Formats: sequence, C-alpha cells, structure tokens
Amino acid sequence: METKNIMIVGVGGQGSLLASKLLGHLLMEQGYDVKVSEVHGMSQRGGSVVTYVRYGERVNSPIIDQGEADFIVSFELLEAARWLSFLKPGGQIVTSTQQIDPMPVVTGVASYPEDLVEKMKATGAKVDALDCLSLAKQAGSSKAVNLVLMGRLSHYFGAPDEVWQEAIKAIVPAKFLELNKKAFELGKNA
Amino acid sequence: MKQLMLGNAAAARGLWEAGCCVVSSYPGTPSTEITEEAAKYDEIYAEWAPNEKVAMETAFGASLAGKRSFCGMKHVGLNVAADPLFTCSYTGVNAGMVIAVADDAGMHSSQNEQDSRHYARSAKIPMLEPADSAEALAFAKKAYEISEAFDTPVFLKMCTRIAHSQSIVETGDRIEAPAKPYQKNIAKYVMTPANAIKRHPIVEERTRKLTEFAETTDLNRIEEGSDHSVGILTSSTSYQYVKEACGDKYPILKFGMIWPLPEKKIEEFAASVDKLVVVEELDTFIEAFVKELGIACEGKELFPLLGEFSQNLVAETLGIAKHEGKALGEALPGRPPVMCAGCPHRGLFYTLAKNKCTVLGDIGCYTLGAAPPLSAIEMTLCMGASVSATHGFNKALGKESESKTVAVIGDSTFMHSGMTGLANIAYNQSNSTVIIVDNSITGMTGHQQNPTTGFNIKGDPAGKIDLEALCKAMGIRRVRVVDPYNLKECDTVLKEELAAEEPSVIISRRPCALLKYVKHNAPLKVNAEKCVGCKSCMRIGCPAISIKEGKARVDDTLCVGCGICTQLCPMDAFESTGKEE
Repeated sequence: METKNIMIVGVGGQGSLLASKLLGHLLMEQGYDVKVSEVHGMSQRGGSVVTYVRYGERVNSPIIDQGEADFIVSFELLEAARWLSFLKPGGQIVTSTQQIDPMPVVTGVASYPEDLVEKMKATGAKVDALDCLSLAKQAGSSKAVNLVLMGRLSHYFGAPDEVWQEAIKAIVPAKFLELNKKAFELGKNA
Repeated sequence: MKQLMLGNAAAARGLWEAGCCVVSSYPGTPSTEITEEAAKYDEIYAEWAPNEKVAMETAFGASLAGKRSFCGMKHVGLNVAADPLFTCSYTGVNAGMVIAVADDAGMHSSQNEQDSRHYARSAKIPMLEPADSAEALAFAKKAYEISEAFDTPVFLKMCTRIAHSQSIVETGDRIEAPAKPYQKNIAKYVMTPANAIKRHPIVEERTRKLTEFAETTDLNRIEEGSDHSVGILTSSTSYQYVKEACGDKYPILKFGMIWPLPEKKIEEFAASVDKLVVVEELDTFIEAFVKELGIACEGKELFPLLGEFSQNLVAETLGIAKHEGKALGEALPGRPPVMCAGCPHRGLFYTLAKNKCTVLGDIGCYTLGAAPPLSAIEMTLCMGASVSATHGFNKALGKESESKTVAVIGDSTFMHSGMTGLANIAYNQSNSTVIIVDNSITGMTGHQQNPTTGFNIKGDPAGKIDLEALCKAMGIRRVRVVDPYNLKECDTVLKEELAAEEPSVIISRRPCALLKYVKHNAPLKVNAEKCVGCKSCMRIGCPAISIKEGKARVDDTLCVGCGICTQLCPMDAFESTGKEE
C-alpha cells in the first residue's frame, strides 16, 4: 500500500506528544511500518509545532511534504490554516476551534484571521471543526483535548474501536484512563 | 522485541547492548535524549558534565581505564570539545569510545548550520551516519567494534530528522564487552611532541586501513535501480528523501560510513551509471571527495547548500512529479516561540529594556528576550560569549558603556563556559555587570540538571555549586541576588550595580515556571470596569494577555499568576480568580 500521512499541528505546550504516541502505537500494532517525527527544543516554547505520523508497507522519509497529508489534526485553528498546503487534494482536516493569539497578534502588529474554517473549505479541503476544549473540560480536564481529537479522527479512520481502546490503555497513565476514554468518546460522538 | 523508538533512544539502546559503561555529555538539541535514555539503564554510569570538552575527556578517561565509553553533543558542542578530539585521534583508545554529534540542518534549535562531517576528515576519525532508528541502534554497536579494531574514537553522526524521528527497531541483549585492563603506555598516551610525532604516521596508516574497511563493509551498500542514466550517492536523511521520491528507479550508493569514504567502490559505481548525482544536505562533503578522485558528478549545482531537504525537493530537482497542496492564499500571522507565561526571565528583561541597557546575551531560553515586544538582547554568539564579549565591549568603550552594558547568561551556560569569561573580568578588571539568570535548571533543552541545581541526571541529590560563593571566590566583591518577579527590586539593584565602579554579578533567581515542583498562584483576571485599555501590560510580551475589544484579557489556561502585569497596571485592574491549580 501507498504510505499514508497524518500531521498533528498546534502550539508548543498543547500536548501533541500523547496523540502521536497513541497513533504510533496503534499503527504498529496493526502491523504497519511507522515513522513519527517530532520537534524538540526552541520551537516548543509557544511556537508553531508539527508532528508527522507516516505508515504503510515501507516508510522512507520521516517527514510529510506539501500536498501529502491524508489528515491534518489540529489543536488550534490558525495552525490548521498554516499547514493547509500540506494537505493532499481532498484530504481531511480535524481541528479544534480553539484560538490562541500568536505574539504578533498579542502585540497588535497583526490580527487573528477571520472565517478560517470557511476559507479552508473554499480550497476544497474537508474540514471537521469542533470545540474540543469544551469537550475536554466536560470529560474532566482541559488537557484532554488530544483524546477528543483522536476520538474525532477515529470517525474517519479505518481502525476498529477495540484497537483504539487497547492503544489508549497502553499509552495513557492508569489514573487518567477513565477521563481520557471519556474524552475520546465525546470527540467520537460529537 | 520490535519497538517504535526515537532515533536518539535507539542510539542509547545500541550503547547499552554494546556493553557501554560510562556516558558523559552536555545537553544540546537534537542530541540530548541519547544521554537521557542511556541514564535509564542501570548498567551504565551516566552524567551531565559542565560542558562538552569535559564530557569528551571524561569519556576518554573511561576508555583509557578499559570501559566502553560515550559522549554526546550537538554540532556546536563539538567545537567546544575540538581540543581533546584532535589529540585523542593520535592517542587512540583502550576500550571503545564513541562520540555522537547531532547536526541541525534547518536550524530548528541552533545558532548555526555547520556540517560536522568536516570534523571526521580533519581529525582523522571514522564517522558512521545512520538513516533511521534501526541503523542508529546497529551503528552504535558497530562503532564500538570499529573503535577497538582500529584503535580510534568513532563518531556516530546524527541529525535532527534521525535523532527526533521514531521508527521501528528490533532490540537485542546486552553483551559484556571484552576486558581491556589499563596498561601504562607513555609513548601512546602522553602527547609530548616527541611522542606525538611517532603517533601521527600511525594515524595516517589507520585511515588507510579504514579506507580498505570502507570498501568492503556492509555499512556502505549499493541498491540496484532500473534506470542507469543516473546513479545517486547519498547518506542519512537525504537517502530517505531519495527513496521516497525515486523509489527503486535509480541505483543508489548509500554511505553508512561517511568517513573515510571507499574510493574503489565509488569508482566502480560511477562506471556502472551514465551520470553521478550527489544528494547531501549542507556542505559538499561527498561531492568534494568524489571530485578529488577525478570523477565527474553533480551536487550543489542542483541541490541547495542551505537548510533541510525533503522528498518534494529531491523529486523536483531530479525531474520527477512532486506533490502539491493548496495554501490558504493569504498571509497568516507567524507564531514564533515566546517566553512562557510566568517565565522568570520576563521581569528581568522588562527591567533591562526599561533602563535602555545594551544587553549582550547568551544561549538558552532567555535568548527569547531578543523577540518583540521586549527586544532586549543585542548579541548572541555562542555558549559563554555574553560575559567575555561584555568585557571586550567595556574595554573598548570604557565609561560610556560600563554604565549601561550588561551580560545575561543562564545558570547552566555560566557553568559551561561563562566562568572563564568572569575570570577575565575579575583578573583584567573591567567594570562589567554580569547577570546570571538562575532558573535552577537547563531549560531550553528540556530540563536537565546542572552543577548548580544540587541534583544529578537521575534526579538524585548531588554536589551543588554555590553561585554567590563561586563569584566571590573569583574576586567579584559585589554579588547581588534579586527575584525577577519583583520589578522594583530588579530596577533598584540594576541601577546600583551599573553605577558601581567595579565588576559586579547580579543573580536573578527563580525556578523555571515549567518545573513540576513550582507551585503557581491562581490565574489572574481583568476587572473590565477598571481597565482603561492603556496597554501597559502589553509591554512584557506575556502570551496569556491580549487586548480584546479595547480591554486587556487574561487566558486562564496559560496564566500562572506571576503578577508581573499587576506591577505594571496603573489602574490595579488585575485581580486574582482565586482558583488554585
């Protein structure tokens, strides 16, 4: 099979690491070759961050290039828009509607763009935008946005529910398991 | 067992499986996790050294004593360790010694884009270059075999995309390395001129033998292709981009050992194809070697000298269809990294900006003090340079600069190479002001302990260097400590020390806001009735504060209640939400 590509994007500190860990585990358990690439160091400090998850029979490049992503999973709306050109024609975006002002907006030299969901749709991208932060809080913690997003992704993604459940159990610390399972369900059924 | 493993974790696994016993490193992105992961194995003694030179000499000492050893660093760290590097090439090793160096093409987290392969050639030390995690593991083990067989330290060269990518590895068991009892050997290990002169031809002969080894080792392999109009020479992450873009179309000579290179193998490969193309990130290393052999090839006339490659770049350059996506079609505001909400550096940089200081900075999270709106740092060069350059700046300009110029350096960076600069200030008496921003951790690389924190790499209690006592012992009489959350105190002390007619050190002390043990205050909120929208609070560049509909607003998911903004607000509009985390 051709290599499939998932990008996880957001703002440094939002917790994309757990999402990529979960996906990596899930895909490896299904027998795929997998590569997951992360950003460490300086760009983690509130900057724009991206994680590449690739799987297939044999994965070569550790990164995803423009026009290659089957899915873009985004923790923040502007970041989904920023990485849009990496989406494959007809690819799917799953994004939280949370907006975090970047420093140029905070200092007033730029403004946060409006109507980003509509603008992304206008390029032909399929966009599923939902208020993941509220769902995460409903599950018990604002930090569970990653599992809400994974729940939503599972909607589009051909892996059986028990495989997801197993991967969550393997990755999430036991004391947060119920909370994260709930976040996953809320995202999936939203 | 099959596992998905980070390149750096796989390298650490390889060290462990090879029977490595001693690891000493200084953290640096993207090399840090090799040592952090190695420290998790009980059979390995691992430590953070104060800098890369100390780390390499420690690893050398352990090798001399007969234990397989390792040191790891980023590309610029190898510059610091270059002194022992060039001469331990002459002495050779006793037990195997492996040096990991991690390059950062694209400068994700670095101040330059140097190509460390040149060190292998100029120090005459073999270099292995893995292209994924499985190779990182295998090559780390292989490096020890080569080290002991050829009596040389061996480089394991990583780069951001190999170090920070996870791919599947098959793990094995640890072997006990062959015993190498220490033996006194003055001619081999004491590099006086008379002894070193005799070692140099041994080094040249070793390179000749390693070149023979390079001809036959499976570290370098040819992958057949269907189209012989082009043959590709490549290594590391560039190899992966070529495979992604071209599949099995063109034959590839992939180098797993990037120095020394196999002359005959390259000649034979060249003869089997119509045209040679070299695909390598950064400098012309393979290309220069091939051209020296008198073999025609194309490299940098096709591919960039700068930044990272990708599969689209390789495809487009080789005339293969690349993937294309659609951008939004409008300019989006950038999102540069920023100091975190509650960062203790913020209050200090606000004070420096307010006093219009000339700030010569250093390497660490606090380099972000150069970003708007604080824009407080005017120079960042390398580890430790803030202190020595401030001395030079003041010697050049005298009184004119002494009353407004400061060096800003972190606790870990000060231990790394700021101390020698301070020794120069104390010795040659420039009236300089040095500010040590002590956040009680090595922050930027992800919270590593250092000699001032009182804990070792495993988090256990360790020796603790007292910065105040150290500075005083070095001859600095004026040593002051301030809390950067207290703007008034910072301002008063800064003015006093800039006015003082002798060298001084200000220690700006508060732990990093991201440390787990740091207890935060309740987030703040803005009383909209009091806020007049004057934007005084916007001068500190806090990511938790923004202006919405003419009034300040606090993001309570980010705010940690540090209270810097409260001290700036003329209307007392910031109030506690009272919600503890």
